[in-house]
Amino acid sequence: MQNEIVIKTDKLTKKFGDFIAANEITFEVFKGEIFGFLGANGAGKTTAMKMLIGISKPSSGNANIAGFDVYKNTEDIKRSIGYMSQKFSLYEDLTVKENLMLFGGIYGLSDEVIETKTNELLEKLGLQNDANKLVGSLPLGWKQKLAFSTAIFHAPKIVFLDEPTGGVDPITRRQFWDMIYEAAHNGITVFVTTHYMDEAEYCDRVSIMVDGVINALDSPAGLKKQFNANSMDDVFLMLARQAKRGD
Amino acid sequence: MRTLFFLLRKEFLQILRNKLMIRMIIALPVVQLIILPNAANYEMKNINMSIVDHDHSEYSRQLINKFTSSGYFQLTDVSETYKDALVVVEEDKADLIVEIPQGFERDLIRDNKSKIMIVANAINGQASGLSVSYANSIIQDFNSEVRVEWIKPPRVNPQPIIEITTRNWFNPKMNYKYFMVPGVLVLLVTLVGFLLTAINIVKEKEDGTIEQLNVSPIKKYQFILGKLIPFWIIGNIVLSIGFGISYIVYGIVPVGNPLLIYLFAAIYLIALLGFGLLVSTFAETQQQAMFISYFFMTVFILLSGLFAPIENMPGWARILAYMNPVSYFIDVMRMIVLKGSGFTDILPNLGIISLFAIGFNTLAIFNYKKTV
Amino acid sequence: MKQLLTFIKKEFYHILRDRRSMLVLLGLPIVQLLIFGFAITTETRNCNIAILDNSKDEATQNIISRIESSTYFDIERTLSSNDQIENAFKTGRIKLAIVFQSNFQNDLLHTNKTQMQIITDASDPNQANTLANYVSAIVKDYQQELNQNKELPYTINTEIRMLYNPQLKGEYSSVPGVMGMILLLISAMMTSISIVKEKEIGTMEVLLVSPMKPSIVIISKVIPYFIVSLINVITILLISNFVFGIPIQGSFILLSLITVIYIICSLALGILISTVTSSQQAAMIISLMGLMLPVVMLSGYAFPIANMPLILQIISNVIPAKWYIIMVKDVMIKGIGLFEIWQELLIIIGMTSFFLVLSIKRFKVRLQ
Repeated sequence: MQNEIVIKTDKLTKKFGDFIAANEITFEVFKGEIFGFLGANGAGKTTAMKMLIGISKPSSGNANIAGFDVYKNTEDIKRSIGYMSQKFSLYEDLTVKENLMLFGGIYGLSDEVIETKTNELLEKLGLQNDANKLVGSLPLGWKQKLAFSTAIFHAPKIVFLDEPTGGVDPITRRQFWDMIYEAAHNGITVFVTTHYMDEAEYCDRVSIMVDGVINALDSPAGLKKQFNANSMDDVFLMLARQAKRGD
Repeated sequence: MRTLFFLLRKEFLQILRNKLMIRMIIALPVVQLIILPNAANYEMKNINMSIVDHDHSEYSRQLINKFTSSGYFQLTDVSETYKDALVVVEEDKADLIVEIPQGFERDLIRDNKSKIMIVANAINGQASGLSVSYANSIIQDFNSEVRVEWIKPPRVNPQPIIEITTRNWFNPKMNYKYFMVPGVLVLLVTLVGFLLTAINIVKEKEDGTIEQLNVSPIKKYQFILGKLIPFWIIGNIVLSIGFGISYIVYGIVPVGNPLLIYLFAAIYLIALLGFGLLVSTFAETQQQAMFISYFFMTVFILLSGLFAPIENMPGWARILAYMNPVSYFIDVMRMIVLKGSGFTDILPNLGIISLFAIGFNTLAIFNYKKTV
Repeated sequence: MKQLLTFIKKEFYHILRDRRSMLVLLGLPIVQLLIFGFAITTETRNCNIAILDNSKDEATQNIISRIESSTYFDIERTLSSNDQIENAFKTGRIKLAIVFQSNFQNDLLHTNKTQMQIITDASDPNQANTLANYVSAIVKDYQQELNQNKELPYTINTEIRMLYNPQLKGEYSSVPGVMGMILLLISAMMTSISIVKEKEIGTMEVLLVSPMKPSIVIISKVIPYFIVSLINVITILLISNFVFGIPIQGSFILLSLITVIYIICSLALGILISTVTSSQQAAMIISLMGLMLPVVMLSGYAFPIANMPLILQIISNVIPAKWYIIMVKDVMIKGIGLFEIWQELLIIIGMTSFFLVLSIKRFKVRLQ
């Protein structure tokens, strides 16, 4: 793994009036890493992520995503990243192929490239027969995999995943993580937030946010050692219990 | 630019797949154009009337005959007393009572004057005013006939008379439908441009797909254009369907140049779509979008001159009507369709609607950037 | 019972939290009433007219100044030739033109007869008629003065009495109309959208699987809108009484009774709609096209039913609002009682039962 830094934040802060949602977040992510961004609900994960993907302007602090400044070059950032939201956000009333064409086109891929990549992807996912089916008619697991593939369709440097495995059976989750491994192996940095602590184990490094601040950042093994815990679950519980904000 | 093309293709695919919306786009003009001008009829006919005739004379019979053969009135009741007739009105079986007193004929001939009482159900002020005025003119006609009977011709005018001839231009048959149809056309275009747009944009908000687009390199103006252009096209399609139906069902053909109408409609739609976009930035759910749109639409339509002339409105209402883009389109539509007005005639309206278009869209884009 | 209350509370939270919809739900009737009451009138005023005076003598000046001083008219321009008339209309600036013949006064004095012409923009036939009538009346007054008010022989005088609404206020027919429309809008449309929304989100299934009887679920959805409707009715009645000065002539209890029944009818219709649609968008479109538009057009809310072609009159019988509006006018304005309106009441009750039975059947079918 190279040590090229693809995400670098320095005291990144977001305030809503007097309320500090994200407080001086400082961390780095390396190229090809699978970086887990954990925290309880209300801890500030989503706020922080929104700043990184360029749809929320920080109140103070700096951040550099894929080499671009988060204040000045949001357009460049958007071109270099992929995103998969909690709701999977594909168009349910468009077919599989149409969704891929749309997002391919939006990210500037030429028609030939779109055609080729679409065929490759359909074959890989085994969706050739479903290419012209409406996404809305696919089962949840397929939608999820398709959403991820769409997010990395344009080979971005970093892909941001917001709670991507909600509501899916364990086998599909496993397959999904296989896809994440493959992407990381191909040099795409994966920035993923999740509730599932077992998934935290799959990451290279993990950060845990509590009350708007990053309270821990290390590899899963390192964290378990640091907190004298047997599982990431325990690590999380120990940290989360101290939280003042949350559900 | 290529991005815009992809967005437009997506929009059209979604719209064409939305069977409900397609049906609505076609059914709406048909239903509205067929029903509304027929329903919105302020011409009175078949007014249910009750007669209380205390005289039973030749003259009273002649007068009653005049009423029933006028086409305006329908004799639904003959009562012995006024009280009986009142009950009939209470039961909604008659809306007008004409009471002819005893000695009507005798008094008229002998004393030179006589009296008739007209009583109307005035709950609907306008309708009752018209009924009474019709009844009055029938009585006046009868009066003139009586006079002629008794005063021998030839008459060298014993008194000065100012003869008034009335000419009715642009709608000589006084067909109320000619008044309503252009208005309904405007209504159709407004519904599409405004209501549908707002709901469509908010649906993306609700589904979460808007977030996906926000994170992509799509520029805001591309997204907005991607939303506005399809509905702009649909608005024009609906207008054209409307013209077709107006011709087929009512035989209405614009006296002026239809291209002028399309020119105005083009800018009008831009203004409305901008307003729809503005509304969508205030709504978080489709339900809210629909409500807010419906609210504004109702106000716009009521204050637009569609049902009642703007001139009649009190000062404050007239100011609102002048701030209402719909009023200008209705004005232009009637001017071109019925009067054949030309480009220079509609120029002031064109200018104002352009201002609306620029204003709404600027506001909308500004607000959109901030909140979405 | 306690379960029911919990659910009703939940529904209320939904509604109250949606401030924007709330604003519209409560504000729409008020706005409509005010507009209908004050803005939409057929009282003419300030109409722009043009005058072509080919004579310019004392008589014409006299008539012109009478017209000018009337509040009905504003003399927008004076024309100097016939060709200008058409243009004046086309630019939309005037609604009526008056043309005096040349030698107007001369002819009048020497032959007792003279001519003038009224040209109307008959795009709006009613307005044209009204304006022409006003001008004629002003001219006839002048003519009468010239005659030194000599009475014509053989004159029939008419005495006119206007019942229930002597001042011909528009509000008398618009208030019942707005009531009928708003209650239907809120109860039917809102209910159907609210139920379908839960279906769409999926929480409906959760509710159905709970030990709550389905009927309790539905009732809990419906009661908040019932209450909102009541609030609206009270608002409307307050405005109509205090702002418009329309008292309730008949029995308030009777009025409340028929209103409650009508609201239940609308709610039942809303439930029926919700059993037919599966998406919010569909519920909205069906409510709009299948409900609102026909109601607005055919219920008597905006246009008198008596003037409509027969087939539309027949269709209007299917619309609950029509019967309710008739009943409100009867009870509130005419002041008559149950004995006279029982037929309409029966019709509404019949419709309510029909909607409810149909809804229950459809609901059961789907659950199977």
